[in-house]
Formats: sequence, C-alpha cells, structure tokens
Amino acid sequence: MGLLGLARGPALKVSVGIFCAGVVWRIAAFAGLAVRREFSRPRTSVTRYVADGLAAIGSRSWPHPQFVKRTGAGEALGYSYHLGLFIIILLYGPHIALLGSLFGFTWPGLPSSLITGIAAVTLTLFLGVLYRRVTSPVIRMLSNFDDYFTWFITASVLVTGLTASAHLGARYETLLAIHILSVDALLVWFPFGKLMHAFYIFPSRAINSAILSRKGAPS
Amino acid sequence: MSPPDSPDPQARPAAARVAGAMESFSRDIGAMSAFRLESCIHCGMCADSCHYYIATEDPQYTPIWKVEPFKQAYKREAGAFAPLFRLLGLKRAVTAEQLTQWQHLLFDSCNLCGRCSLICPMGIDVTALIAQARHAMFDAGLAPPELYAKAAHQRLTGQPEASVEPYRDQLKAIGARFDVAIRLDETDVEVMLCVPRTDIVQYPAAVAALARVMAFLKVSYTFRSDGLVAENYGHHAGSPEWQRDISLRLIDQAIACGAKTLLIPECGHAYSVLRWEAADLYGAPLPFEVMAVTEYLAKELQAGRLKLGTAALESATFQDPCQLSRKAGLQHAPRTLMHAMGVNLKEMQDHGAFSFCCGGGGGVVDIESAAPLRYRTVETKLREIAATGAATVLTSCCDCRRTFDDANRHFADHESATVRNAVRAAGTAEAASLLELIAQHLRSDETAA
Repeated sequence: MGLLGLARGPALKVSVGIFCAGVVWRIAAFAGLAVRREFSRPRTSVTRYVADGLAAIGSRSWPHPQFVKRTGAGEALGYSYHLGLFIIILLYGPHIALLGSLFGFTWPGLPSSLITGIAAVTLTLFLGVLYRRVTSPVIRMLSNFDDYFTWFITASVLVTGLTASAHLGARYETLLAIHILSVDALLVWFPFGKLMHAFYIFPSRAINSAILSRKGAPS
Repeated sequence: MSPPDSPDPQARPAAARVAGAMESFSRDIGAMSAFRLESCIHCGMCADSCHYYIATEDPQYTPIWKVEPFKQAYKREAGAFAPLFRLLGLKRAVTAEQLTQWQHLLFDSCNLCGRCSLICPMGIDVTALIAQARHAMFDAGLAPPELYAKAAHQRLTGQPEASVEPYRDQLKAIGARFDVAIRLDETDVEVMLCVPRTDIVQYPAAVAALARVMAFLKVSYTFRSDGLVAENYGHHAGSPEWQRDISLRLIDQAIACGAKTLLIPECGHAYSVLRWEAADLYGAPLPFEVMAVTEYLAKELQAGRLKLGTAALESATFQDPCQLSRKAGLQHAPRTLMHAMGVNLKEMQDHGAFSFCCGGGGGVVDIESAAPLRYRTVETKLREIAATGAATVLTSCCDCRRTFDDANRHFADHESATVRNAVRAAGTAEAASLLELIAQHLRSDETAA
C-alpha cells in the first residue's frame, strides 16, 4: 500500500473513528452533568423564549450596533476565512466528487482557478488571524496550545490542498496523499480542541439566549 | 461543603483554600456551566463590552479571563479528557497564589452586570460563570473581608452591620421625620415591602417615598421587622448557603403576612436575587410574586390607579440599573413613568440594555480595595452623562446612586486639578431617585381638580 492508499484507506478510517467517538464523548461528558431546575417564574412564555433562542442563532452572527465599532473588524475577519473554507470544501470539484460519493448526489462547483484564488485569499486571512492573535494583548493572553495548534493544523490542510491542486514540489499522488493525511490529522485533533465550536456554536447561542429571554432580558 | 466556620477565612492554610475552591467548583459546575466553559473560542470580544477593560485597556479585565483558573480546573478535574490532561500534565493544578491573585478579578473588577453576555459571538453568559467562580472563592476563604463580614452579620441578625438603633426603629424614625405612616409587622396584606440598607443609612427620603406611594395607592402593605433588608450580602460574598438563609428571612415573612407580592424597592441586585435566584434556593416556586418597584408602579399607572403630575425638571438622563434593564428586561417601566411626569429625557449614548454599569454593583461599592479602579471606570459613565447635557441623573437603584455620589465626592477632592475639572464637567449632574420623584408628583383626583 502506497502513501496515498494509506492516507485515504486505513488512516482515514481510523481518524473518522476517533473523530466520531471523540465528539460524542466530549459532548456526553458535560451533557451528563446535572441540570439545575429553575423554579423562578418566567417573564416570557415558553414559545417566546424558545423562539428568541432560535433567533439568536442568526442574530448573534453579527454584533449589536453598540459593539460594531469595537468588534466589527475582528468578527468580519473571522467570518471571512470561515466563508473561504466553506467555499473551498463545498464548491471545489474534487471535493464535490468525494462528498458526492458519500451522499449519492453532486452539485455544481466553481472553476478550479477561482477556488485557487479563494484559497490564497483564505490563507492570507488565516495569517491575518494569527497576526491578530499574537499582537492583540487580550487575545494573546487568552490563547493557549489549543488555539495555536488548531490554527496550524487547519492552515496545513489549506496549504497542502493548494500545493496539491497546483502540483507544486512533488508528484501529484504524493501531494494528494499529504493533503489527505493533513485532513486525517485534523479529524483526529477535532474532538480534543477548539474545532468543537463547530458543534457548539448554534446550541450555545440558542440555549444561552433562551435563558436570558426567559427573564425578559434582551439576547 | 458548608460555609467556612473560621471568622477569618483569609487565615486558612493555602492547601485548604484550594481544596475548598475546587471542591465547590466541581460540585457546582453542572451541565450548563460546563457547556459555557467548553464553548469559549478565545476571541476576546467580551473585553470590548466591559467597562473595566474599556477604562484601563488592561487585558486582565477581559471577562472570560476572570474565570481562567476555573476553566483550568474544569479541564483538569471534570472535562471529557480530564484523565488525559492530568496524566500528561497538560493542565496544572490551580494554586493558592493563583486564586489569591484572582480575588481582585472576581470581586473588585466585576459587577456581574452582564454586558459581556450581550457581545459574545457564542452567546455565553459569562456573568453566570463569574458568579459560580465567586462561590468557589468563598469556599476558598477568599471573599473580600467587607463582603464576608456583612454577609455573616446579615445571616445571623438580618442586618448587614450592627447599628445603635435597629433598622426597624430607624424605619419608624424615618416615618416620623418625613411625616409618613410606616406600616410595620401587619398581616393579611397585599404587598410586603423591604428596604435597601443603603436607603436606610444614606437615602431615607427614598424609604419615605416608598411608603408615601403605597399609601397613595391605598394598597394594604407592610414592612416586616424580621425581613426588612433588601440587599443580600451572601450573594455578593459568593455563598449560596448564606444567600439562601438571607433570602429565606424575606420569603418566610412574605408567607407569614400573606402577601401576594414582595415588592423590591430601588435596588437592582436585591431584585435579581429575589426574582430569579430565591426560588431555586428555596427549592420550589415562591407562593407570591416578586416585583421591582418601577415595574409595579408602571403597571399601576397603566391601570389608571397611579396618576402623576408634571415634574419641573429641566432635563434628566436615566441610569439603567444593570440587573433591571439588562438582565430582567425592565428598561421600559422607568421610561413609562418618566414619560408620565413629562420628564425631558436625554438618553446616554449607551442606554437601556446596553448601558454601562455604574461600577458599584455586585458588592463592589462596599469593597475598599476596589475603590481606585472603581473611580477610574466610573469616568466612562460620567462622560456619557456629561454628553447628554442633562441636569439630573435619575436612577432606580440605590447602589448606582451611591456610586455616583461617592465618585463625585472623590473627584471633588482629587489632587489633580486637570482630573478634577474634567470630571466636574462630566459629573455635574446630580444623582436622584426616580421613586422620590414619583412620590413628589403623585396626583390625586382632588389635586387634578
């Protein structure tokens, strides 16, 4: 078995297994803790606070006008590279083919040259995010190994994907194998680090906001 | 773990402090707090909502950083991969030095105002985590001595401090001084009133105003000698047990007098503690309604039972108490009342749910070591007040009022003429009680005629 066979064969299976088991375990570990019962009388109806919680999934995507001046640029940077990643994952031809083989249907993609351009922009934004993390006193103070390693492993997937699509520096099969191995590594790391926010973000917005709304507080 | 028995918690050995704190935190963590800790993405945006960070630009005042040792403890002791973290030494055990250092961050520099909860892109209620971290600090013997002493006294006697005359006698004296009947220890009433210690000691006119308004409304009400004080220093100090004991005094008295409503006067934290937390500590829904005075009076106004005359105020701005306007959605009630009195309201740039805290809430105004930082942060608020050009600052929280008055006194004596003049320009507005204004403008049908 060659490197490519290893990457998309046993290595991928093991990493997907770790990903699935790790994600389930990480969520179960806190979801199994006690949930405190609320005895205070709610100010709003159940319908209202559930609706407010669900609405917050969207509304929390952008800061309230009072905060835009201070945090708008940081949020825009964050969303921009996430958008870039989603476009690359979902609209690049070879990725569509892979996902299509899993789901049983495909969809139109974007031209490879455009995807390459988007990937280059996304990588630049990624460097911007790292620059911000090390230069902002607040973010630098909050950052730990998880933040930097997660950045590194995600950037690795981006860089290896770019080099593979551009056929730079080695045989295509080798470059593709390295790219898939970087994805395998990301899947293994996923449940241990902050990539878990992909699973947390919407429930976190919804539940916290519903709790606030129950008290009549804005969310 | 029961509250520490030592009268001087600071004297406990370091190892006992840490053990207490971590035990308390592990016991209290619960699914929701664990989820909140798990969800943080270290974006640092909460710093940009916090008046302590905005005033100082010191990163240590980033709200989520204030729970960092507890996040560390959660990952090491209770998180999904805790055994792995311990085995590989990836998360160190929290030290006594760390907790001691965090006392300043959890008590001196957090008002539990909740502004950070509105900015988090993950929606995390950071304040809830900080309140929980305060519980652990109490068990570690690291509650600030002022709050600890007041909480201990209030738990035992009902008053947060000794006084030559008990509060109940002071209450009667206030009635005599302001020529208003004070109804005490009655039964079979509609409403039970409590009173902020701050008002008894510092703003007696606000106490008289409360009694006057209730008499005007012809509602049967009573104060209760054994459940008089609105504030809950057990909450401020970080002890759920003491908080429960203190809340139970009021709950028991409200039940004893048959009140349908426990009315909380102008005190934001008292309202929050009794409205949202008391039932949980009591272990059942409360058999009466808990209402803030502005909420109650706005309801009476809308029902036509409260009629108000026009207030002769040139202009006023309104300081939204965080626990009422932000955390309980009560920003409309005071505005309804001010509108009814024709108040020329000039809103601050950040008002309503987004208002900055006065800097005194959460017990901070009682902590001596917090004063220098408090004066620094209140400048943000004073500048916003100055920008409105209003002559009066109305508020419905005695701690906001006390904080402003204290800041104005401090800055009047400031050694730097530049600072003094800058703040004088910002802080010329006088802090006043909305309730007192209402009591001065009660309009009976006879008056109207």
